[in-house]
This record gives sequence, structure tokens and C-alpha cells, in this order.
Amino acid sequence: MANKATIVAHSGDMDKIYSALIIGNGALAMGMEASIFFTFWGVQRLKKDGLEKGPLSKMNMLGLGKLMVKLKMKKVGVVSLEKLLQDFKELGGKILACDMTMEIMGIKKEELRDDLISDYCAVGTYVNEARDSSITLFI
Amino acid sequence: MAEIKVDCTNETCPVPLVETRKALRKAKEGDIVIVIGTHPASKKEIPMAIKALGLEMLDIKEDGDVWTIRIRR
Repeated sequence: MANKATIVAHSGDMDKIYSALIIGNGALAMGMEASIFFTFWGVQRLKKDGLEKGPLSKMNMLGLGKLMVKLKMKKVGVVSLEKLLQDFKELGGKILACDMTMEIMGIKKEELRDDLISDYCAVGTYVNEARDSSITLFI
Repeated sequence: MAEIKVDCTNETCPVPLVETRKALRKAKEGDIVIVIGTHPASKKEIPMAIKALGLEMLDIKEDGDVWTIRIRR
């Protein structure tokens, strides 16, 4: 097994994107390679100004729950998703965007943060990354 | 040989780990990276990362809630 983590970010929920980016950063920090394959609702988070826009996966309560969790996170000192994404890129992490999702949802490349995306790809790329990963997660 | 200080006081997961790795990537061989933090889990996990990266932890000191880890790149 290669020293690699491959994560599928299927959910676009704020808390789940936190999990994906924190684990990805942790893997990179501990000397592994890491890639996050954004698909379905996850692709929404790659839109310009879209990263922080996801709802809370549970008890969102029209955004009230998210607001409360955000306040608590700030108090505890949790950094923003933007910082986690920048760190992930700086440490050599790969961001992959699912092109089928883009077709289904009518998302154009121009709407996404193209500068951060390593590749627009499909399942073959994911499998190729995952087949020699010792950590694979579907979030 | 330089000393590089990384202040992660009051930062939580995964910042101390990530900032340590960022500093180690920028450091040159022989440089000493000094990480200061308060996050309890990172005190245990930074040494794990150092081991995984095949680097040498020089020492770890604690003063109340504040810990200091010195790493040789």
C-alpha cells in the first residue's frame, strides 16, 4: 500500500467538508499524499464563494443551527474552510472535480475555482488514486 | 543552521500539525523547528508525525498548558 489518502467529498454539508479537509490536511502533515475527489453536492463547494455556503448536515434549522455551530467553532478556535483548503494545496494535496456532476448540474468550469483544481475527471481517476491508497474515505 | 519558530498557541486541530509540516517543508536540512502550542492532542500527534516523516525530535517541554517541541529537519 502506498502512503496515500484518497477522500471522496460527496456531501456539500459544511461539517462534512470540514471532515474531508481536516483529514486530508492531517494525512499530508503526517507525510502522506492526499487527494479529495469532489462529486455531487461536494462540487458546489468548489464554486467561487461556495466553500463556506454548505448547510449543517444535521439540525441546520434553516441556517440557525449552522450559525450556532459556527459561533461555537470560532470560540474554540477552529480555522475557516478557506484556510484548510489553502493549507491543503500548499502541502501538495490534489483537488479533483467530477466532470459528470458538472454536466448534470450544469456547472461550468468558469464557475469553479479553477486555480485550485488539479484535474476535472471521472471515476477512473478516482479508482486509480484509490487503488494504491491505504486510506480511502467516502464523506 | 537556523531556528524556525512556529507559534500555535490557542490553535486547535489540525492547525498545529499542519503548521509544523509547513515549517518542516520550508526548513533546510539541519534547521531546528520549534513548535509552541496548547492543544493537548497535538502534543501527542506532532511526535507521531515526526516519526512518520523520519525526522528527529530533540525534546518536548511543558510549562503548565503550554508545550514546546523541538525538531531537527
